[in-house]
Amino acid sequence: MKDNADSYVTEDGRTIGPVVMEMKNITLRFGGVEAIKDISFDIREGEIRAIIGPNGAGKSSMLNVISGFYVPQEGQVWYQGAPRPPMKPYQVAEQGIARTFQNIALFEGMSVLDNVMTGRLTHMKSGMLAQTFWRGAAEREEVANREVAEKIIDFLEIQAIRKTPVARLPYGLKKRVELARALAAEPSLLLLDEPMAGMNVEEKEDMSRFILDVNDEFGTTIALIEHDMGVVMDLSDRVVVMDYGKKIGDGTPNEVRNNQEVIDAYLGVAHD
Amino acid sequence: MNEQLAFTIEVFLNGLMAGVLYALVALGFVLIYKASGIFNYAQGVMALFAAMTLVGIQNGQVPFAHLINAIFGTDVHKFGWHIHSFLAIILTVFVMIALAWAVQRFVFRHLVGQEPIILFMATIGLAYFLEGIADLMWGSELKALNVCAAEGTCLPQGMNMWLEGTTYEAFGYGFFIDNLDIVASIIAVLLVGGLVMFAQYTKQGRAMRAVADDHQAALSVGVSLNFIWILVWSLAGFVALVAGIMWGAKSGVQFSLSLIALKALPVLMLGGFTSIPGAIVGGLIIGVGEKLFEFLIGAPFLGGATENWFAYMLALLFLVFRPQGLFGEKIIERV
Amino acid sequence: MFYREAGDFSTTYAEDQQTFPIKFDRYRYYVVLFIAIVVIPFVVNDYWVNSLLLPFLIYAIAALGLNILVGYCGQVSLGTGGFMAVGAYSCYKFMTGIDIWWGGELLFRLPEFNIFLSVLMGGVMTALVGVLFGLPSLRIKGFYLAVATLAAQFFLVWLFNRVAWFYNYSASGQISAPERGLFGVLITGPSVAPWAAYLFCLFFTVICAYVARNLTRGAAGRKWMAIRDMDIAAEIIGVNPLRAKLTAFAVSSFFIGISGALFFAVYLGAVEVGEAFSITKSFLVLFMIIIGGLGSIFGSFAGAAFLVLLPVALKVVGVDWLGWPTDIVAHLQLVIVGLLIIVFLIAEPHGIAQLWRVAKEKLRLWPFPH
Repeated sequence: MKDNADSYVTEDGRTIGPVVMEMKNITLRFGGVEAIKDISFDIREGEIRAIIGPNGAGKSSMLNVISGFYVPQEGQVWYQGAPRPPMKPYQVAEQGIARTFQNIALFEGMSVLDNVMTGRLTHMKSGMLAQTFWRGAAEREEVANREVAEKIIDFLEIQAIRKTPVARLPYGLKKRVELARALAAEPSLLLLDEPMAGMNVEEKEDMSRFILDVNDEFGTTIALIEHDMGVVMDLSDRVVVMDYGKKIGDGTPNEVRNNQEVIDAYLGVAHD
Repeated sequence: MNEQLAFTIEVFLNGLMAGVLYALVALGFVLIYKASGIFNYAQGVMALFAAMTLVGIQNGQVPFAHLINAIFGTDVHKFGWHIHSFLAIILTVFVMIALAWAVQRFVFRHLVGQEPIILFMATIGLAYFLEGIADLMWGSELKALNVCAAEGTCLPQGMNMWLEGTTYEAFGYGFFIDNLDIVASIIAVLLVGGLVMFAQYTKQGRAMRAVADDHQAALSVGVSLNFIWILVWSLAGFVALVAGIMWGAKSGVQFSLSLIALKALPVLMLGGFTSIPGAIVGGLIIGVGEKLFEFLIGAPFLGGATENWFAYMLALLFLVFRPQGLFGEKIIERV
Repeated sequence: MFYREAGDFSTTYAEDQQTFPIKFDRYRYYVVLFIAIVVIPFVVNDYWVNSLLLPFLIYAIAALGLNILVGYCGQVSLGTGGFMAVGAYSCYKFMTGIDIWWGGELLFRLPEFNIFLSVLMGGVMTALVGVLFGLPSLRIKGFYLAVATLAAQFFLVWLFNRVAWFYNYSASGQISAPERGLFGVLITGPSVAPWAAYLFCLFFTVICAYVARNLTRGAAGRKWMAIRDMDIAAEIIGVNPLRAKLTAFAVSSFFIGISGALFFAVYLGAVEVGEAFSITKSFLVLFMIIIGGLGSIFGSFAGAAFLVLLPVALKVVGVDWLGWPTDIVAHLQLVIVGLLIIVFLIAEPHGIAQLWRVAKEKLRLWPFPH
């Protein structure tokens, strides 16, 4: 068993670092319903960690806990080796955690470029007064951040639609724009909630390529929720399996694939 | 009993009755909001329009007389007949149903699926439009509203002297309660009760609640959305008529009648926009709260006239602690 | 054919982000500015200034302010009338010198501020009040917020009616702007030259439009729009909702306060709070931004122009041409405004600004159909 602080190198030559985020005994309740029951797992720096499980298992809720949107009744989130103090979602974002959403949460009143630029908001520091005058500090910052945003737009190949209002885009492109917005924040941890949902085979290949490239080029740690087993097996370094709010599997894709409990959860078991 | 206590109780009772009327107006809002998600700012103007139409029909006014005279240089004002109250009320109900149909057909059918704020602003536009039409149709001067069943048995005016006498004998202090308020409260209670039973126990009422929950699902079980919406707007129109009669009989029919809608808003804030019991409880709380505050604190310490804003402040405070109102559906936000 | 973009390329991001990227638009803007600043003051007379230009400029500022709050940040406010009153009364108090008392003792008297500073202070005070009444927006959303802002509206009107200190204990309850000027030219009071009043208001309007444009195209504008479109997602990607909403309230109220101060001091000269700043005023400005276009600087101007022109046009047509009595024309105004709101909301919910955008698109291709 690798020690938390160790780095190791995978078969294909990528370096996976020490543990960067750890969920310790998280329990999350909504009224009488326990959405997450005493779950613990960790995420290592630079790895691609998949969270899988049947619908309603609590996976999105887990991402919401990481984002700071839900506060667990029990347990703690540890970030970079220390327990994370209670903080609001926007403070979590400032720490370098970005995400996409299961049902697309783009800002429909703005264009693609503006949406991607909102991803840069945690990096834009000029005050209201400077912005009132525009010329000078505010404009320089705007142009500098525009350059970063354009690099991301380039990377995800959405230049042609950058001025299009987001509301007009088809589903697949919206998902890509959402990924662009998350990437624009230059996060150290990227959370993807079902990035492939509703896509056909070609689109899934494109998205998979982007995800791998992001991990490769920027070294971003990625946690993703995904239903497509093929994608999970191909992309991820390690997998967490959830079912009814409990963790039923944790390991490499191969280890998890052969786990009897996981097979039962997905394929179903006849109850006597 | 001592005089201060007696005064307070009298204010309290008056507040209760004002509250019942507020609840009645608020109910009109809740009905429409529940069934169509539209917050009908025009409810107050609908009450004004209903009352003006009633007076106009009853007194045999020629609609749009002023305008016709201006365009054609004629000098018509009245038909010369006088229609009995009951018949006039029935005719006005038909007018309100026609109005409900027109509003549904020409305005909200085209706004299906728009954001709530757009729908709200459409009702503000509707309010302005209706107010102008009402003024053009019946003239904007103050009118007296006399609803009478037969010669001599009209809606009672003035203080209820029986009550005053009885309480004087029992408690040493005579409560002054307006007759009209008593009648209005009784009618309002009956109407509220009737509406609640309608919603709970009849087929149409159930269909209405289905539409309020989920348009698509209601459609899929065969409920006609258009019919329900016309029904709901007609009900709201009827409620507006009753409210218009009550308030109009009390203080005459003129523009300020439409401002009662503004009074209903804090009631809804308190009770929750989607709740019938909320409208009732909210109305009573606001009615009592407003009058008691003015009596105990407003008049002696703050120079009076606090009734203009107290209801809003109270509702605002409530909302800060309970953003969905007392009985409103809890807004659960998910990502 | 004449609205060409061919050959008009942006080579830097700064160029791409300017307000008028197309040369034609830019030159047209300069021409309008030139006419407004240099030509109009010489040709204008009292009637035009008083019934059209001054209200247009002043309401444009209010519309810009309300648009920032409602159109860009999505927080519906029905308290505009009350906030304009704050601007007006603050301006009045600063103009007439404020006495600061503490514990029954007169600490000191503030000197009478000049008209420019008084108007500015009107804006500042309103910004503070706006932030205060904006605090509930952190818990209350949508309709509930709109109705909550009515609390501000009714309370403020009551306040300026009741607390005599605000109207310097005058018997009538009215406030009148004393004669004031700038650089030796009178700007308030009965004997003001129309061009002076006009230029003074124009100055504020241009500055406000400039500020509004800069704020809405930068990070602040994006934060506001993110909150408007999806406030939960906005918070998760890093927007501090408290700051975003309160800054929207602050900037918006600042503009509305200036508008109220100008409305009182330069346009009307004397106001009574119940008539001038009632809920009707709140609705009027709201209608301006709906008809003009939510979330659009141009739309704020278009809506203000429209709703200032409409009653004047109706009066000219109805009373002067057709000879109808004024009360019928007044009723007709209500009918037409209400009808227009509904028609705009159905046909073009994005207002005149959208119609203008579509017209420009067509013009860029003209004479080709597509």
